[in-house]
Amino acid sequence: MIEVKDIYYTFPNRVQALKGVSLTISDGEFIAIMGQNGAGKTTLVKQFNGLLKPTKGEVVVDGINTRETSVAKLARNVGFVFQNPDHQLFCESVEEEIAFGLRNFGFEKNLEKKRVDWALNLLDLAQYRKTSPFLLSGGERKRVALASVLAWDPKTVVLDEPTIGQDHQQKEKLRQFIVQLNSQGKTVVVVTHDVEFVAESNPRVVLMTGGKIIADGIAEEILTNEKLVTKASLVPPQISQIFLQLADLGLPTNVIDIYQARDVLSKYMEAKHK
Amino acid sequence: MPIIETEGLTYTYQGGIKPSIRDVSIKVEEGEFVILTGPSGCGKTTLCRCFNGLIPHFYTGTLKGTISVAGLNVIEHKIHELARHVGFVFQNPENQLFALSVEKDVAFALENLGMPREDIQGKVEWALKNVGAYALRERAPHELSGGQQQRVAIASVLAMQPAVMVLDEPTSFLDPLGAKKIFEVIAELNKKLDITVILVEHRLDLAAKYVDHVIIMDEGKVILDGEPRDVFNSDQARLVGVGIPKATRLFQILKEDGFNLKKIPVSSDNAAELLRGVLSHD
Repeated sequence: MIEVKDIYYTFPNRVQALKGVSLTISDGEFIAIMGQNGAGKTTLVKQFNGLLKPTKGEVVVDGINTRETSVAKLARNVGFVFQNPDHQLFCESVEEEIAFGLRNFGFEKNLEKKRVDWALNLLDLAQYRKTSPFLLSGGERKRVALASVLAWDPKTVVLDEPTIGQDHQQKEKLRQFIVQLNSQGKTVVVVTHDVEFVAESNPRVVLMTGGKIIADGIAEEILTNEKLVTKASLVPPQISQIFLQLADLGLPTNVIDIYQARDVLSKYMEAKHK
Repeated sequence: MPIIETEGLTYTYQGGIKPSIRDVSIKVEEGEFVILTGPSGCGKTTLCRCFNGLIPHFYTGTLKGTISVAGLNVIEHKIHELARHVGFVFQNPENQLFALSVEKDVAFALENLGMPREDIQGKVEWALKNVGAYALRERAPHELSGGQQQRVAIASVLAMQPAVMVLDEPTSFLDPLGAKKIFEVIAELNKKLDITVILVEHRLDLAAKYVDHVIIMDEGKVILDGEPRDVFNSDQARLVGVGIPKATRLFQILKEDGFNLKKIPVSSDNAAELLRGVLSHD
């Protein structure tokens, strides 16, 4: 469990990035932190593994205050996949890259090998085992970064803007993979402003603007509130934009997904014909 | 006469094993707003590099077939000649902006062309006004938000008054509201100034409603080329994994259920209007 208790964070250049944020993330939750660039999303999630420590207030991860432990210990439980994989990758081969974290956490040689193989297969990277990460495409490098984190099996995975630079198909694969991870019990935190990606996955949504949380709830309520999403520099998902225009016909407005739309429409037609 | 025309265009990069684009024959009419899309690595960026002569004049390799842009044979004209007709806007505006002020950035290319100072001033002002960035003229580009930077990058290309503007995923780094504003700016330049727009884009949702012509590529080839409705509604577009607009997808799913919207929507506004027609009629 991650407990964020009324935290403030000010960067050394005096920019106040977080202004009183409170949030509790339970084990096994899937949560999307959304908002415009500069809203404080990345600054917030960096508190989860102690990369940043609050200027005021506290962050408690599984009962441990992040001020009272090291990033290395926290990282064992909270794995971070950065927006730009190049900030994360530095080894000569994909295999080495994945093994690096495991060695740091003191996994035995035998287990290390098993975990590397497992992660390579999981993310469909086995054919690149000996390849330099820098020879891979952007999408593939992102998968290497994710594999290297999943290898040590952290309880929580944080992904910062995972969909940027990915085409539609890669995005869909990634989405299915994240949903699968979550269904296997991992806590998943995604930082994103990709509304369609979130609408299709339907996680809990936390909306931020100006260093504060302005809404926290289920996706179909938050993403269909036009005023709220505009404040966070987002737009409602496309399906929602259709239904927001049809509210006067008595159709529900909290529709964000295409299959949900189909159900709502067929019920509406049925009721009408009766 | 089309403003861009290619015939059997095939290009292999130096050291490449197979062609990055293969047998591409397309026509773009003057004033059209075109979306060029397809999976990563399908050849869309390579094709765009042919439009302004980077291929074959900068990238070495083997080019076969013919290509003309704004009446110029690309193979026979140099990059600097083509640059007057074709402007490029890239994914990351930070790579395009480097001067100390917005005004200086927009003036840079004009100074390079040797335009008189008085004329430059007027052009810069005109370009910044057209993208809604005139108020930012004295600011430093690096202080601006991503969306503002991208508008300045567009202004610096617009100042050259190109006939064709090529934009390679100009909104990937922007939040949705910022992206929406960029598409609105591009649509206005297209409508008001009659600039031909080639937009390379994965996010078809936000841009679809402005577009007259869609080209989809896969593995170096053009696989679909036509009107947005027809292209988005084809099975092939779905199979190749292009993210067709949700409005079009909804139309398809409803049709399977025997619920016909009559026309194919490409935007939320379209779909809402068609649904209203059907729902309030029955």
